Parts: sequence; structure tokens; C-alpha cells
Amino acid sequence: MWEKLRDDFYQNFIVDNRWKYIADGLQNTLKITFFAVLIGIVLGFLVAVIRSTYENTHKLKVLNWICGVYLTVIRGTPVVVQLMIMYFVIFSFHDPGQVFTAVVAFGINSGAYVAEIFRSGISSIEKGQFEAGRSLGFNYAQTMWFIIMPQAFKNVVPTLANEFIVLLKETSVAGYIGLQDLTKGGDIIKSRTYSAFMPLIAVAVIYLVMVMMFSQLVKVLERRLQRSEH
Amino acid sequence: MKKNKIAVAVALCMAAVLTACGGTAKTETTKAAGAETTKAGAETTVAAETTKAGAESSAAGGKLVMVTNAEFPPYEYHDNNDIVGIDADIAKAIADKMGMELEIQDMAFDSLIPAVQSGKADFTAAGMTVNEDRKKNVDFTDTYAQAAQVIIVKDGSEIKAPADLDGKKIGVQTGTTGDIYAGDIKDGNIQRFNKGMEAVMALSQGKVDAVVIDREPAKVFVKENAGLKILDEAFTEEEYAIAVKKGNTELLEKMNAAIKELKDSGELQKIVDKYITAK
Repeated sequence: MWEKLRDDFYQNFIVDNRWKYIADGLQNTLKITFFAVLIGIVLGFLVAVIRSTYENTHKLKVLNWICGVYLTVIRGTPVVVQLMIMYFVIFSFHDPGQVFTAVVAFGINSGAYVAEIFRSGISSIEKGQFEAGRSLGFNYAQTMWFIIMPQAFKNVVPTLANEFIVLLKETSVAGYIGLQDLTKGGDIIKSRTYSAFMPLIAVAVIYLVMVMMFSQLVKVLERRLQRSEH
Repeated sequence: MKKNKIAVAVALCMAAVLTACGGTAKTETTKAAGAETTKAGAETTVAAETTKAGAESSAAGGKLVMVTNAEFPPYEYHDNNDIVGIDADIAKAIADKMGMELEIQDMAFDSLIPAVQSGKADFTAAGMTVNEDRKKNVDFTDTYAQAAQVIIVKDGSEIKAPADLDGKKIGVQTGTTGDIYAGDIKDGNIQRFNKGMEAVMALSQGKVDAVVIDREPAKVFVKENAGLKILDEAFTEEEYAIAVKKGNTELLEKMNAAIKELKDSGELQKIVDKYITAK
């Protein structure tokens, strides 16, 4: 039993330096997730601000409409389809590189979900807070920035963290555009050794460890945010 | 404390994995045992047969399950909701000879051998080249077709021969022999796609410099995409065969007999002609 496991391990990771498929894949997965998260936060923040401004003041009508279309389309189609459209249709005449394509596709996708998370955070702050800000002489933007946003951000940290965990795991479909991410790295090993067990379990464990570490970080962040409440 | 927690979590994962293994092994043996008893009940007189029942349990059901990657014309592709092609027709003919029903399932090419190994399918016919690594994991029937890996490039490409591929971006289908042999190219930047067609699409869009893929599908792809051509000099020459689970000699022998009959009667050639020469 142990001997077979050891032999399997040797075949799947040591021979021909096969572990490199996983290591390279992991690098790409991290790269894509990190930059997609950044794009997602920026995009999501902008969309959320536009949408809630429209809700409160009925300004920015056109922008709000565009954001609505963006949310509908992105949330209404699977991310793997969006990724392939990005690669084979939108970037069909120009190749910016697969990692870049994936970052853009996943970033735009994540932005839609983050936008709704931020918006729910903003609306979770009672109206009194807003009115208090205005009566102290803050204008709309100042009230948003100094009073609403800090409270809203604290409320959305758990959901936001959840979205990033989902995003990290969603990048596993990047193999569809010939990009070698963590999952594809495991697939390539599987296609060389014809054993599914070792590569798939290894890939699963790496994802799991990444998510566990990230959750730990979020816990620390939440604790620190709570401390500042006093 | 935290370290302890992680250790416990890892131990739990391992335990779950191990019990899962144990579980499947057990069900397999009980399944085989079940097949044995029914077999024994049906043929009460033939006592010697029962030892073979384990190997035969798949064949005794009257249904042969074939897995393939139906993105590989003209060997296998989707047509009107059916999977058709040379491999599909040959498999059908073999199943007919064996008096069994054929069921074809479509999956990713790199999952085919694991599917056969784990017993989810009886065999795979997928334009699969016989090579040493694969032989370690499955048993191959006699070969039924000659094949080659060829290089597709854009018209006017500076790549004129296999030697020119050094340092170029090369598109392949994951797990195919093209993928494996492309690994030997010096400084090659290999991009692995799930489907051959996607690699070819990346080529026409200028995202890769060349695609290494089997000759017959290459011809179809080139015909359907203007501005592409196949280099005269092939990348490698090779042979296709059907693969069955390692140790399933019963099925292997039956298939070999059927393939031989098909070859001798000229039926095999007729199937190949129907898809390749006639087009």
C-alpha cells in the first residue's frame, strides 16, 4: 500500500520534473487571482457607487443604466463562456497573452459580484447616518467617503472574502484557453501518467491550503476592524 | 495550537481519502462476486467458467461501453447528435461481431485512459497512438490504422520543416502524442488546448506559430480554415489502436479476433474509405 503510494508519487511528481507543471500552474493561478481581485474591487466599487448614488439621488441615470446592463450580462452568463469569448472573440485579432486575457475576463466577472456586495453594504447603513452627515455640513461625496463607506466596508468583509475564495477556485477553468493554471497542471500530469489519483488530490490540497490561509488572513482583518469600533 | 489544528485537518483528509479507496475496492470485489454467482446459476454445468467470471462481468452485460473524445474528425465527431467517424464505425462493427450493444461516451482526451483503467468504460477507440507509456497503463489491440503527427502553419509561415519549430509557440491538444512529442522541441513554448480545433483557431488568430496534430484531423481543420496549410514533412509516424483495461485479456482477444475478421473481409478499409478517401 505505502510502496504503491510512494511509487505513484514518484511517477507523478518526480519523473521528468513533473512537479513543475503544478508549480508553474500555481504561479499562474495566483497571478490571475491577484490581479483579477484588484480589477474586481475597483470595478465593483465604481459600479456600486454609481448604482447607490442613483438610488439615493436619481442622478447619473445613463451610467446607472450601463451598470445595470453590465451586471445582467456578466451575472447571467457562465464565467468559462466569458473567458472563451474574451480569448477567441474579443481578442481574436490581437494576442495580449493568455494570462492577461484571463485577468481581464475574471476581473470583469468578479467586478459584477463585488458591485452588488458593496451596494448591499452601502444600503445596510441606516439612513440616519447619511442624514447626520449631511446635517453636519458634509456634501454627498464627503458623507459617502467619511461616514457611509467605512461602516459599509466593515459589514461586507465576510461576503467579500467569500467572493475572492470563489474567484480563486473559478480560475480553474483557465485551461479552456490553453493557459496552464494549477488545475491544468494537474491535468497535464494526468495525461502523462494516466493516473488520476495523485495529480487531482495534489491540486485539491493546494487549493484547500490556499483558501485556508486566506480565510485565516480575513479572520485577522475582521478582528482588527472590530477593535477599531471602540 | 494552530499547527495541531492543521495536522488534524490533514490527517482527516488522508483518512477520508484512504477509506474512499478501501470502499471502492470492496464494492468491486462484491460486484465481481455477484457476477460470478449469477454466471454460475445460469451455467450450472460449467463449473470451470466461474474463475473467469470476474473478467467477463463487463462482457456478460451485453453492452460495451466505449469512451472517446469526439472532437477529432474524421475519426470521431458529433453529427446530428450522434458520435460518428472511423473509430465509431469500427467499434460498432466489432461490437456486432461480438454480438453486443455499443454505447459511446464523449469525454476529454486526457481522461480516456483513466476511465478505462478505473473500469468506467470497457475500451477506448480515439485515434490513440500506441506508445510505451500508455502500454504501461492499458493493453492495446492490434493496430487498425497508420497515422502521423503533422505540423499546421499559416500560409507564408517561416516554418518549413519540423526543425524550424525550435523556440516557437506551438499549439497542441492536451495529452495527445503531439503534445508529448512537442515537449522535445528545443525552447518550444507549448500551449495546450482541450480541443484540437481550439489550437487551430489560436493558430489562425496568430496566437501560436504552429499546431502539431494528427494528420487526418489536420486535413479537415485545414479544409475548414482558409489560410492554413500542412507541412509535407510529418513530425512523427505512428499507429492507432484500441485500448482496454490492463489484464482484460478476454476482451482483448475477442476484439483482436474481430479486428482481424474486419481486416480480412475488407470491411475495415471500406469504413476508412467512407470517411477519408471518399471526401
